[in-house]
Amino acid sequence: MTANAPPRRPAPLAARARRIAALIRKEGRQVVRDPSSFAIGVVLPVMLILLFGFGLSLDVKNVPIAVVIESPSSQASEIAASFQLSPYFEAQITPSMADAQALVRSDKVDGIVLLRSDFARRAANGDASVQLVVNGIDGNTARIIEAYAEAAIAQSGARATAEGQDAVTGAGGEAVVESQLWFNSANDSRYFLVPGLIVLIVTLIGAFMTSMVVAREWERGTFEALFVTPVRTDEILISKIVPYLVLGMGGLLLCMAAARFMFDVPFRGSFVTLLGVSMLYLLVSVATGLLISSTLKSQFLASQVTLVATFMPALMLSGFIYDLRSVPLAVRLVSYLVPARYYVSLLQTMFLAGDVWGVILPNAAILALVATVMLALTRRATRKSLG
Amino acid sequence: MFASLLRVMALIRKELLAVLKDARTRNMLLLQPVLQCLLFGYAATLDLNNVPYAALDRDRSTASSALLAKLDGSGVFHRVANLTDAADMRRLIDSQRVLVVVQIDPDFQSQLSRGEAAAVQVIADGRNSNTAGAAVGYVGVAVDSFNADWRSDHGLPQPPIRLEPRAWYSANLETRWNLIPALIGTITLMSTMMLAALSVAREREEGTFDQLLVTPFTPVEIMAGKAIPAMLIGLVQATNALLVAQFWFRIPFAGSFLTLYIGLILFLLAAVGIGLFVSSIAATMQQAMLYAFVAIMPFALLSGLTTPISSMPPLVQDFTLINPLRYAIDLVHRVYLEGAGLGQLVSDLWPMAIIATVTLSAAALMFRSRLE
Repeated sequence: MTANAPPRRPAPLAARARRIAALIRKEGRQVVRDPSSFAIGVVLPVMLILLFGFGLSLDVKNVPIAVVIESPSSQASEIAASFQLSPYFEAQITPSMADAQALVRSDKVDGIVLLRSDFARRAANGDASVQLVVNGIDGNTARIIEAYAEAAIAQSGARATAEGQDAVTGAGGEAVVESQLWFNSANDSRYFLVPGLIVLIVTLIGAFMTSMVVAREWERGTFEALFVTPVRTDEILISKIVPYLVLGMGGLLLCMAAARFMFDVPFRGSFVTLLGVSMLYLLVSVATGLLISSTLKSQFLASQVTLVATFMPALMLSGFIYDLRSVPLAVRLVSYLVPARYYVSLLQTMFLAGDVWGVILPNAAILALVATVMLALTRRATRKSLG
Repeated sequence: MFASLLRVMALIRKELLAVLKDARTRNMLLLQPVLQCLLFGYAATLDLNNVPYAALDRDRSTASSALLAKLDGSGVFHRVANLTDAADMRRLIDSQRVLVVVQIDPDFQSQLSRGEAAAVQVIADGRNSNTAGAAVGYVGVAVDSFNADWRSDHGLPQPPIRLEPRAWYSANLETRWNLIPALIGTITLMSTMMLAALSVAREREEGTFDQLLVTPFTPVEIMAGKAIPAMLIGLVQATNALLVAQFWFRIPFAGSFLTLYIGLILFLLAAVGIGLFVSSIAATMQQAMLYAFVAIMPFALLSGLTTPISSMPPLVQDFTLINPLRYAIDLVHRVYLEGAGLGQLVSDLWPMAIIATVTLSAAALMFRSRLE
């Protein structure tokens, strides 16, 4: 198909449709018959859904801590009890700081609450301090432990006041925070993990799988073999895109069903809009996979580059877990180039807020634009490599 | 014995050549750890430093302005709008222009002056409840600081019990200190498992595996010839990641390199063992890669890298016991940040040794069964 080849007579539409259908059938059978496509198309999504749904949560609970009571007193046991009662801690009481330190070193506990021997006396004078030592290696967990410890101490103060004892914390004029979480009043991290999961699964099926399958055809020379048949470049591309679009949609529906029926994550937008924008994102992914494999023509390279170029950014730079407003400017600029960013924004809005057109339209428009550009580039890469 | 050693050396040489002769593959294997460390190091932070917020101040008193000034001065919050009407709230949050709205009721100052608790309402966009929760927590810190000022300005006593928090090993609680050392294990796991899984599958797909089987190599020698190159590449990758951690992010190294590398070698043995086992059940390179990937995902997710193991349900926690990455991340953390010695790391070392033994023998058995 070089530039100065004589133009071929356009084939009748029916013949073209038949050719495309035959190619799609071949591709579909290949997908269905290879157990590894089943592994990545069905086993992986189900596994991820179950893991994210039941296993993973960013919420911290059952944190093992040691409470050191250097000399027993009712005030000290009051504080210790509030840690033992809290669902966030798994508190064990030790008599000395040395024991507690040994527990931290051997990784048995993540933090120490130290009530010194003069705690009771100083609490009565209104000038006591509770020392909290956390293992700072996991900074996020450590910070949450601090916040919970504050709450546990405040609670023991409130309980003491309610029981008519001396107030352990200060009372009276102070500002208190009353928070409401819109769209997710239950503060359930699954509400944002599950939409994020859909992005990961769709990216994997769309880009990772496509890039491997097509790179394999290049490696074995069967892609070139296709070009000597009457099939045209566009028809080949369509036949490569359609099966993975279908597979990706299957993965999406699987996740939607799990989100809705297993995990009760609300879906407040309209289903048709969801299918529409998902189709756009899948097109972007499949085209990226095709482009990478047509450029590199090696399975190992294509798989690694696809992971680094699509999956990792979808995980890290899409706003799925990490807030993009807080990353350095350079990283934020890079994140605008990550298509998953727009899809995450769309999904989180449609799942939890509803059809907010002010969010949906611009994001969908960007995805459509990226899809067009990627498809055009893929078309060029595929044709050029015939050379 | 000596002849066997020579044979294995030859096989290692051939294997390294096969992988590294392609410049693109070579560059990718060497640069990937560096790129990923940089990307993750800057992107993966759960700390917030830029929260756009809107204020709905119905009190317009000195107290309410002092509170909002605390927020503006925190370096975290940026006021993008002053609302007068609660109806505007929805528009701003829906369109993601603000993450939180801080609403102060009309009698805020008078309640405070009467010694009552005065509510500051914080409405947060819960589409990412994790970020929202953190933002609310930051408002809480600003409010605490406002309260302390209010007490001292009005001659009120400070609360009798104070919390004195102190963090060991990472005083500033930087997410990066936790993450980058953990990445050393994660990145090498991904590459070595894939390489090991591909090494046999490639020969099988190209038909050279059968040729290898008719040579004087014993199955154990073939295994060693496939395992050692992948481990060597893994060690180089780990070193690259380590260099980024020390010289780019300047995370101080507290332990001994010897301990770290002994631990890493054991971990890489386990990773390669799993890769070779995957390789022995896959018929093509594509299958080997996809199976390896399906195995890597749960390993990475259930390692404590992104979410704490102690908050997982018991059944999932049991699964993490067979995950070599779980031990590797713990080991690297403790050597790197705490300076732990080999004696303190026994609980991480023996499970990796067992995983390596089981997977390598299983892979050897599978190879042998093809021999007969």
